[in-house]
Amino acid sequence: MTLLRVENVSKHFGSLIAVDNVSMTVAPGELRAVIGPNGAGKTTFFNLISGFLTQTSGQIIFDGEDISGLLPARRVWRGIARTFQITEVFPELTIRENLKIAVEVASGYRLRMWQSEEADTDVKKRVVELLEVSGLSQSADRLVGELAHGDQRATEIMMALALKPRLLLLDEPTAGMGDQETYNITQLIRRLHKDGKLTIVLIEHDMRVVFHLADRIMVLDQGKFLAEGTPPEIAANKAVQTAYLGQAA
Amino acid sequence: MKFDKRAGDILVWALLLSAPFWLPLAGSYVELGTRVVIYALAAMALNFLLGYTGVLSFGHAAYFGLGAYGTALTIKYLVPSTPVGMLAGIVLGTVAAAIIGPMIVRLRGVYFAMCTIAFGQVFYFIAFQWFSLTGGDDGVSAWHRVPLNFGFATLDILNNNKAFYYFVLAVFAVSAAAMAFLLRSPFGRTLLAIRENERRARFLGIPVDQHIWMSWVVSCFFVSIAGTLFALMNDFVDPRALRWDQSGNFVIMAVLGGMRSFWGPLIGAAIFLVLQDYISSETQNWMSFIGLFFVLVVLFFPRGVLGIIRRKATT
Repeated sequence: MTLLRVENVSKHFGSLIAVDNVSMTVAPGELRAVIGPNGAGKTTFFNLISGFLTQTSGQIIFDGEDISGLLPARRVWRGIARTFQITEVFPELTIRENLKIAVEVASGYRLRMWQSEEADTDVKKRVVELLEVSGLSQSADRLVGELAHGDQRATEIMMALALKPRLLLLDEPTAGMGDQETYNITQLIRRLHKDGKLTIVLIEHDMRVVFHLADRIMVLDQGKFLAEGTPPEIAANKAVQTAYLGQAA
Repeated sequence: MKFDKRAGDILVWALLLSAPFWLPLAGSYVELGTRVVIYALAAMALNFLLGYTGVLSFGHAAYFGLGAYGTALTIKYLVPSTPVGMLAGIVLGTVAAAIIGPMIVRLRGVYFAMCTIAFGQVFYFIAFQWFSLTGGDDGVSAWHRVPLNFGFATLDILNNNKAFYYFVLAVFAVSAAAMAFLLRSPFGRTLLAIRENERRARFLGIPVDQHIWMSWVVSCFFVSIAGTLFALMNDFVDPRALRWDQSGNFVIMAVLGGMRSFWGPLIGAAIFLVLQDYISSETQNWMSFIGLFFVLVVLFFPRGVLGIIRRKATT
C-alpha cells in the first residue's frame, strides 16, 4: 500500500542540481521525516511534491495517479495540503476568518456568491471544531498578524487541515519557536497522526522532534538520497553521522 | 464595533439621500452631488479590485469610457431610450473587460498596472481616431438623456436636476449593495484571501488567476455603470472619459478615502471633487493642490481619510 510514490525526481536550477534523482515511498498513515544538513534540497523536494516547482525529470504518483504535471490548486483538490517554512497565513484577518476561508474552499464553495444560512452554520461549526483541536479558541477573534509565532504556525497547520487532506506536508513546523511552543506543536502533530490517522511528511531540524514523531526518516545530503530507515537505524547510520558531523567540523 | 459600522452606514445614506436639500444651503449645487455619486461608484468599483483583491488597475477609465460611449452612441444613433443606452454601455464595457482579462490576470503588481494602462490607451486612441463614429476629439454631442417612462408615470431626469440626482443615487445604491453582498459571500472571501496572501490562497486550492479574472470583470462591470451615468450627466462624451489620467483619478480617490474601507472611495471622491470645484474657481493649477494633499495623506495616513477616523474611534 502506497499513498505517495516519488520516482527519481531531479530539479536543476541552471547548473545547480538542488534535488538529484531522489525517490521516496510513503504508506497511508505513516509519518515520515525528511532531514538533512542545510542546502540538502529538502524544501525543494517538498516544493516538487506540492507543485510549487516543477521537476526537471522524474515522476510523482499520488494515490496511483501521476500528478507530476498538475498545478498546485489541483494537487490540493486531490488531497495534498502543505505549510511553509515561513508561515503563510492571512495576517489582516482573524483566526476564525482564516479558518473559515479554508473550510469554505474545502467545501467547494469558492465560487458561491450567495451562501444559505444552513451552509454557513455548517461552516461555522467546522471552524469551531478546528479551533478546539488546535487549542486556539481563546484567541479566535484576534488578527493572525498580531499573534505569537507559534500560534500563527498552529493557524497555518489548521488551515491545511481544514482541507481534509489525505497527505499533509509540513515544512519545518517548529522553526524559530521556543521550547514550550515546540512542545505544543509537536503534541498537535502527534495527535493528528495518532488519533487522526493522517499521513504526514515533515521536514524538521530539531532532532528531538524528529525522533519523537517519525515512523521512518529519510536523509538527504547535497540534493542526493543518503539513507532511509526507522529512527534507531538512522541514529546508528555511519553515513548520516558523517554528513552531520562533517558539516559541524 | 458592530454598532459603529451600522451607524456609519446610516450616516452615509442619510447624507446622500438629503444631499439635494443641504447642498444649496452649503453654497454648492445639486450637480456637484451627482458628480460625486458617479465618481464614487467608479472609485468603489475600482476598489473592489484594489482594496478587496489586492490588484491595482491603472486602466479602469477604459471601461468607464466604453460605458459612456456605448450609452451616448446608442441613444444618438439607435434607440432614444435611457435604459437601453445604459444597457448597451454596460455590455460594451463588461465584454471588453472579460476579453482583455485573460491576457493580463497572470501578471502581478506593476506589470499588471502597466498592461491595464496600455490596453486603456488602446481604447482612448480608437475613440480619438475613429472620427466618423465617435467624432474624435470633439466627442459625441447633439444627444441627450431621455426622461424615464414607467407607463403609469414619467420621471423627468432631463430637466429636473433633483430627479436625475435620485436616479443616479438609485443606480448607485443597487450597485453598492450588490458589491457589499458579493464581498460577504464565500467568493468575496476568496478575494480577501488572494489580497492577504496569494501563496496561501493558491495552496488552499483557489485557482488564483481565475478568481482575479472574475474580480476584474465584476469591477469593470460596475465601473462601466458609472461610465453610463457619466455620459447621461453630461449629455456628451469625449475621449478624456477614457484617458489614463481619468484612471489615475479613480485610484487617487480610492487611496485618498481609504481602500480598506467600503465607503472610503466615496469619501475620497467627495474630497477630490469638492476640492476641484473650489480650487479650480481660483486657479487653473487645482491639480497641484490635490496632488499635494494626496502625497500628504499617502505619507502620513496610508489607510486614507477613513482610516484616520477609524483609528481615532478604536483608540
